[in-house]
Amino acid sequence: MAAVSGGFQRARRRKLQAFRAVVFILAGLFFLVPILAMLEFSTRAGNTFTSPRTGQFWRQIFDYPDLVAAITASLELAAITSAVMLVLLVPTMVWVRLRLPGLSRIVEFICLLPLTIPAIVLVVGFFPMYLWMGNNFSDNILTLAFAYVILVLPYCYRAIDAGLGAIDVKTLTEAARSLGASWFTVMWRVIVPNVSAAILNATLLSVALVLGEYTIANNLLYNNLQVEIAMLGRANAGVSIAVAVASLLFAFLLLVGLAFVGRKRPRQQEVLVKTYARDLAGKTV
Amino acid sequence: MKLGSLSRRLGVAVVAFVLLAACGSAPSGNSSSACSESTAKTATSASACGGMSALVAAANAEGKLNVIALPPDWANYGAIISGFQAKYPSIKITSDNPNGSSQDEVDAVTHLGTSSRAPDVLDIGMAVALANTSLFAPYKVATWGDILDSQKEPTGLWFQDYGGFMSIGYDSSKVPGGTISSVDDLMGSGFKGKVALNGDPTKANAALNGVMMINLAKGGSLDDISKGVDFFHQLRQAKNFVPIQATTATVKNGTTPVVLDWDYLSAAHGKDVSTWKVFVPSNAILGGYYAQAVSKTAPHPAAARLWEEYLYSDEGQNLWLKGLARPVRQAAMQQSGKIDAAAAAALPPVNGTPVFLSADQATAAKTYLSTHWAAAIA
Amino acid sequence: MLGGRRLRLDWVGTVPFLAYVGVFLFVPTVIIAVGAFLDDGGSFSLSNFAGLFQSDVVTATVNTVLLSAVTAVIGAVLGALLAYAIATGNPDGVFRRAVVSASGVLAQFGGVTLAFAFIATIGPAGFVYLFAQQHGLDFYANGYWIYDLRGLALVYLYFQIPLMVLVFLPALDGIKPQWREAAESLGGRTWHYWRYVAGPLLLPSFLGATLLLFANSFSAYATANALINQGNPVLAQQISGFISSEVGLHKPGLANAIALEMIAIVVVATVLYSLLQRRSSRWLQ
Repeated sequence: MAAVSGGFQRARRRKLQAFRAVVFILAGLFFLVPILAMLEFSTRAGNTFTSPRTGQFWRQIFDYPDLVAAITASLELAAITSAVMLVLLVPTMVWVRLRLPGLSRIVEFICLLPLTIPAIVLVVGFFPMYLWMGNNFSDNILTLAFAYVILVLPYCYRAIDAGLGAIDVKTLTEAARSLGASWFTVMWRVIVPNVSAAILNATLLSVALVLGEYTIANNLLYNNLQVEIAMLGRANAGVSIAVAVASLLFAFLLLVGLAFVGRKRPRQQEVLVKTYARDLAGKTV
Repeated sequence: MKLGSLSRRLGVAVVAFVLLAACGSAPSGNSSSACSESTAKTATSASACGGMSALVAAANAEGKLNVIALPPDWANYGAIISGFQAKYPSIKITSDNPNGSSQDEVDAVTHLGTSSRAPDVLDIGMAVALANTSLFAPYKVATWGDILDSQKEPTGLWFQDYGGFMSIGYDSSKVPGGTISSVDDLMGSGFKGKVALNGDPTKANAALNGVMMINLAKGGSLDDISKGVDFFHQLRQAKNFVPIQATTATVKNGTTPVVLDWDYLSAAHGKDVSTWKVFVPSNAILGGYYAQAVSKTAPHPAAARLWEEYLYSDEGQNLWLKGLARPVRQAAMQQSGKIDAAAAAALPPVNGTPVFLSADQATAAKTYLSTHWAAAIA
Repeated sequence: MLGGRRLRLDWVGTVPFLAYVGVFLFVPTVIIAVGAFLDDGGSFSLSNFAGLFQSDVVTATVNTVLLSAVTAVIGAVLGALLAYAIATGNPDGVFRRAVVSASGVLAQFGGVTLAFAFIATIGPAGFVYLFAQQHGLDFYANGYWIYDLRGLALVYLYFQIPLMVLVFLPALDGIKPQWREAAESLGGRTWHYWRYVAGPLLLPSFLGATLLLFANSFSAYATANALINQGNPVLAQQISGFISSEVGLHKPGLANAIALEMIAIVVVATVLYSLLQRRSSRWLQ
């Protein structure tokens, strides 16, 4: 029996590995080849594939002074938006799951609404409040975070919902509460470590959206990263594609960095949760 | 005795007159109130604001200028912005919405007009200018007299700045025969998948004029754009006309080797493609000018007016000329000899009398397009 | 009495979220909705809704719904396969983090640059097309499909698939290997495992993610506008035309009305999704 199931396991694993290889090769071709095409175009000295290579368009990116201020502003916006989104969304979604399940469809629809309205017309709705904010509160580009939190809601809701759906929120909460944990402890030390992958994905989506956002910032007359990239891109064709590829690379490196930071703690947190529960109950969990 | 009292009275009168004159001129001698914030907001010319130096001082005090929809590769605006910044280093220019349309500019003023980020000055197409004069503040630049009456609004609400002619720009190494000599060439089989417009004619001014130019070349008139729409329908059936948005990148990489656009915008492709040529059909010389306007709610009114003065100075006009656009003071500058002769010689050649779309003709064209364009190129 | 008090307390937990969304989402939506009922002169009118039945708006509606449905379903299936390939790998490995980060970046990549990336690859001057042409295969022998809705659907998949990966991966992470073992120990094969164990557990997240992909594609503007710049075939382009037209077809009221129409269509899609969720959970019991 063991020998049969062992062989069966190996065959299944081989099939799985073959499946993964095929999927990754096809996905790699589909997603990387167009980017390589852009890279090739941005390094052309002439106008064909056979022309010599040049780095002049890439160098032009670093000569553009307004880009630094725009990058800083966009990074700050990404951080603020992600933080506010997580603080707003995760506790609310857990709470709705636990105590107000009838509200979940409504919350789901609210979190889909920003994606339904195209940004070009959504910004029309933002004009009056941003005008008021600019004249009475602050004119700073960081006020865009208010709008950006709304924009990332659809993506982040979906990612976090998938994570929450995969764990048994009710049982975990009840166990922790019966051990005497406060609501804050339940959220921070019980729920969050168990949905860390979902939270990471939501953060990645949120950061990527803020770094890639153009329309709302542009129409509210703020010059964020994408608006400055559009301005720089109007100088010539080569630099317009070079800066687009550079922006993708920049976002990618940032997200990889985040992914490394995000993953480290859950291991420790899981141990902490178990230790805490054990200490409280006076027995091993 | 009589002479003495007369001279005494004269003396008193002279002294009184001098005193009155001195009192009357004292406020204008004080430059800080000559071009204050409130004066600049309603100043209709530099002299109304205490003269050029007072205007410059007020603009420097404001320290900022917001412009909108002025991408660097449009009629050499990149050089114009740097030129202004070099001449007035204390004024920082913020350039917003590089890809915006004229309507977007006006929308920014309408919706965010009282914000400190609102645009100070506008560079817009004639249709939008005529429809939105309530948003503009009248201003007459120092060289106002050089602009023809037909190219400006009498009180200074808007005034034309530069223009060009609708053209067919093409990469001579990618079209059969290496040259386009008439609009009908575009129907040739060697043009499959190669012809593009700069925008959708129901949306963009340049595209509407592109269709009108074809219309005129095919025997149509300024009042009726149907022949142009029919030609594009045939081009689409022949698979020669493609709906992709033509950008500098698609031109350089050869995807859109034939683009209908203003000659000054088209000529800029020559930077990327050495074999780029610009063709204006001799039987369809369709011209179009853009217009400047100062926003009534400009957050930096003195800087806005100084910008206009710069644009209409010889230096500003010549920079537009370098961008291969025809500045509105071109004729006057040619007479005064201040024109940049080399740049003028580099302009795409045009032989014939240009025609311009009037406001009513543009309205008729857009009405026809709104009901027929989408179906024609489907 | 006690239950009533508890219910009121429960609502407090959702107040921060509802308040934020109330100010920054509902107010703009109401502004847009009110704008739909104003004609060009600013007085109350229903003429904008008559404009919804113009032939080009109707065509755009049909185009957009079809395009969104197709790219949502195909994107969901392919994205789920890719997510499965990722989930079955080392959860802490560099490869997974890199792929997830890349998905984050690509999920938000779009617009003129994405269109150009495809043009540079399989467009009439793209190297894949030219290479194939040299070897006798002409993609565009029967027309330039890259410039119509078929080409647009292909380009849309470029961001739909990574989006699916990011929002569905947390659900896949929740699959415990013990379930597979349990299914097998009961004599079940792969088909049974998916049909009776993993499938029903993953279906809610899968359907929710598909709905997100639908809304994402439905409101997308910049990519469609770059590839098919003539005729405004997609609803978001119709809106943009009525907002930004500089030749006199500026109709902001109609733009707002189309936005309301888009919200209505997504409401219908959400209702269908809810029904499907409920139905499928019953079928799969």
